[in-house]
Amino acid sequence: MNFLSPDFSPAYSEIFILLMVCLVMLVDLAAGEKRRYITYGLTQAALIGCALLTFVTFSEEATLTFSGMFVDDAMADILKLMVFATVAAVLIYSHTYVRDRGILTGEFFCLVLFATLGMMVMISASHFLTLYIGLELLSLSLYALVALRRDSLMATEAAMKFFVLGALASGFLLYGMSMVYGATGSLHVHKVAEVITGGVSNHEVLVVGLVFIVAGIAFKLSAAPFHMWAPDVYQGAPTAITLFIGSAPKLAAFAFVMRLLIDGLGDLVADWQGMLVILAVLSLTVGNIAAIAQTNIKRMLAYSTISHMGFVILGFISADWNGYSSALFYVITYVLMTLGIFALIMILCRNGFEAEEISDFKGLSKRNAWYAFLTMILMFSLAGIPPMVGFYAKLAVLQAVVNAGFVWIAVAAVIFSLIGAFYYLRIVKLMYFDAPETDEPITVRSDVKLLISVNGLAVLLLGIFPQSLMGLSLYAIQNSM
Amino acid sequence: MLFGIPLLSLIIWLPIVFGIVVFATGGDRNAQLARWVALAGSILGFLVAIPLYTGFDPSTSAMQFVEEHAWFERFNVNYHLGVDGISMPLILLNCFITPFVVVAGWQVIQERVSQYMGAFMMMSGIVNGVFAALDAVLFYVFWEASLIPMFLIIGIWGGPNRVYAAIKFFLYTLMGSLLMLIAFIYLYQSSGGSFSIADYHQLPIPLDVQILIFIAFLLAFAVKVPMWPVHTWLPDAHVEAPTGGSVVLAAIMLKLGGYGFLRFSLPITPDASHYLAEMMIVLSLIAVVYIGLIALMQADMKKLIAYSSIAHMGFVTLGFFLFNAYGIEGAMVQMISHGFISGAMFLCVGVLYDRLHSRQIADYGGVVNKMPVFAAFFMLFAMANAGLPGTSGFVGEFMVIMGAVKINFWYAFLAATTLIFGAAYTLWMYKRVIFGAIASPAVEELQDISKREFMILAILALAVLWLGVYPFPLTEVMHATVDNLLEHVANSKL
Repeated sequence: MNFLSPDFSPAYSEIFILLMVCLVMLVDLAAGEKRRYITYGLTQAALIGCALLTFVTFSEEATLTFSGMFVDDAMADILKLMVFATVAAVLIYSHTYVRDRGILTGEFFCLVLFATLGMMVMISASHFLTLYIGLELLSLSLYALVALRRDSLMATEAAMKFFVLGALASGFLLYGMSMVYGATGSLHVHKVAEVITGGVSNHEVLVVGLVFIVAGIAFKLSAAPFHMWAPDVYQGAPTAITLFIGSAPKLAAFAFVMRLLIDGLGDLVADWQGMLVILAVLSLTVGNIAAIAQTNIKRMLAYSTISHMGFVILGFISADWNGYSSALFYVITYVLMTLGIFALIMILCRNGFEAEEISDFKGLSKRNAWYAFLTMILMFSLAGIPPMVGFYAKLAVLQAVVNAGFVWIAVAAVIFSLIGAFYYLRIVKLMYFDAPETDEPITVRSDVKLLISVNGLAVLLLGIFPQSLMGLSLYAIQNSM
Repeated sequence: MLFGIPLLSLIIWLPIVFGIVVFATGGDRNAQLARWVALAGSILGFLVAIPLYTGFDPSTSAMQFVEEHAWFERFNVNYHLGVDGISMPLILLNCFITPFVVVAGWQVIQERVSQYMGAFMMMSGIVNGVFAALDAVLFYVFWEASLIPMFLIIGIWGGPNRVYAAIKFFLYTLMGSLLMLIAFIYLYQSSGGSFSIADYHQLPIPLDVQILIFIAFLLAFAVKVPMWPVHTWLPDAHVEAPTGGSVVLAAIMLKLGGYGFLRFSLPITPDASHYLAEMMIVLSLIAVVYIGLIALMQADMKKLIAYSSIAHMGFVTLGFFLFNAYGIEGAMVQMISHGFISGAMFLCVGVLYDRLHSRQIADYGGVVNKMPVFAAFFMLFAMANAGLPGTSGFVGEFMVIMGAVKINFWYAFLAATTLIFGAAYTLWMYKRVIFGAIASPAVEELQDISKREFMILAILALAVLWLGVYPFPLTEVMHATVDNLLEHVANSKL
């Protein structure tokens, strides 16, 4: 029996990051508490190295390897680059916060890198099992990250909830995948698609599997009615971890939906379209209405995430490249905004003080006009007010929805975003119209200061010149379908 | 183009750039600098807008000073600007009013001066963008962006109930415009992928769809105008806003709604406009009569002027849906004239408020004894508000009533009642505030207007009189455009 060694080249960046994780783990043992900056630097170097590898090996054509279980195409490369940038930003933003709370350990960096590897595998998977492995690698790292602050009751509870519900969702997914396997006889994304196109006799089995898969996806995307874990985890996890959970994994989740639902089960569109409509409308409803009642900023943003995921799902229901590229554009802008807003929450945290309540934003414009201005840009962007980039994301998705003939769903979506505008406005109101409760100065490391300024202004400038990002999203989708 | 400079871009971006510069002057230590930069910017903004009038060709209804560049190709959106006889006077009005707003806040605003002045400068540029945009997305971006500075102006520098008023203002107007966005997206699909407003004008649409699009537009514009029954945000916003905010709201922001009807509702959905014209006329007449009666009962001067604004804007929407030249031109004249008069009225109330910190009519009385010059100006503007012949207030109302008579005598009759109600509420307020015995020791100590205030009021008084005696320069520029619009609206698009 001949053993052919697979082509490793499409997976160079994954292999590189895996080696780097091992290196980080070993070096951290030697470096110890005092020289943790070495670990930090190595972690950033790993991300930069990955980004370079991905950039250099970039090609428009899709390459399959590992017996077709792994794919490297334009969408994968672009999404991975975004993931690297996001994770690097997360590390910069969270450094002070994590250090002050005594969880700047070697495990923190290793888990973040493992989670990144998990996302990369999800993004490049073209086999149901690869998808699942990537997802589990990501999820398990995240569970551990949430629980990193062992002595915090809230964090432990959040981790427990996250784990139990996440495991349930994984179970759903696996069960659904096994149904699909039973009906089609394959787990390769493209073979499954071929078999379905050719016509299968047991359509019912396939649809039952589909229901489970959609439920699993909804869990991971935190779409209603499978959203229950999100508010608790967002609130309970240390803010730096919330930032991580809320940002990069959404990019991977997008790829997950693309590979599983669109590439694999695309011909069942008639079956899943209706399910997604329900998920989207419920998410918009639950997310926007529940967010109004929140006083905890992290919890509020969790509900806001749910409603934004509703918009992303709306992008998928049109089931064409127009909708997918709009959804991708939406995800990217969402990640950009989430990064900024959680970074600003951490900036408000001082040693020993957790900025948790929305009232902590009171009078921010008097304490520091620049951070208040950046927060305002982000809030208006989340609310979808032009000229911030959040508006164009909504425009793109609504355009796809109307194009697919769902005018009334678009109307419902804008009505819910009107409700949503209220709680974003409330933050602006607190910052600008109310008096500060403390006039303690806000001290920020200069790299964070620079990055948050770039981040906030990017939200504004991408709104004035949205073509580049829109074009990139379109390119990524059109070159991988 | 003027000497190779894209004029409309200059008119839009100059105030915005000045706004950023004003922001950059920083804290209140540099307040004086912020004021002067803002004043220089606003006057410069008006000066660069003058070539728009002198270079305007009134014989054509085509768009002039056109600029077109690709903005984002993904959705075929263009940076497409141009003006015609409808939008040009409104841009001039906006550029004209901005310096007054800056001067009105000169002394009163002592806190966060640079942010106040910067917000107004930005606002001015954004509003010019709304009037000049010929691309639906560009229009929408400017339209919504104008909410942000106004929200902050009301919320930061407003009265005691400012937060409520600011949020109500924002959500109300957002509610209207979001459905307009859906209408734009729908039109984008059915026109085969174009956001150009001119393409929408030519697009055939079945009647039932036209009605839905008309209603989506109606919500956006009716909230802005504001028409009865979606007017309730206006009295709150007006009362709580600082003087400058009230002036911009009344003189400029309300015109955005009126402009929207002429640029979108009538030409894009002409059949629905005819089909629903009676409803629109009835709503307008309710605004004129019922809101006029409400204004009569107000104890707060600003609230009274706010209600009177709604009644006067009722004339504007009435004029639009008469579908004749008198109606539409009258409505246009009314919009410009209302810009001057309501601005001046709010500035007058501001003059009193700065001195006594009260807007209640009951707190005043006998002001004429202490402020004779002010009383004279206030008299003129009150008369103009009541529609006295010889002032600009008369011209627009008279033209609209003439247009209404041609359609139905009773429309004209009801509309004409405004001449009575308008006179009643304005002059009654004037009498209670200005005449009579000196009401309190505070009034006893009032100082007459300063040179700065005199300048503002004198220029506005000239504008009101000039437009009242000789409105030809204004009607001349809009004639061709209005004729073309009427012709367009008369043709079915089914």
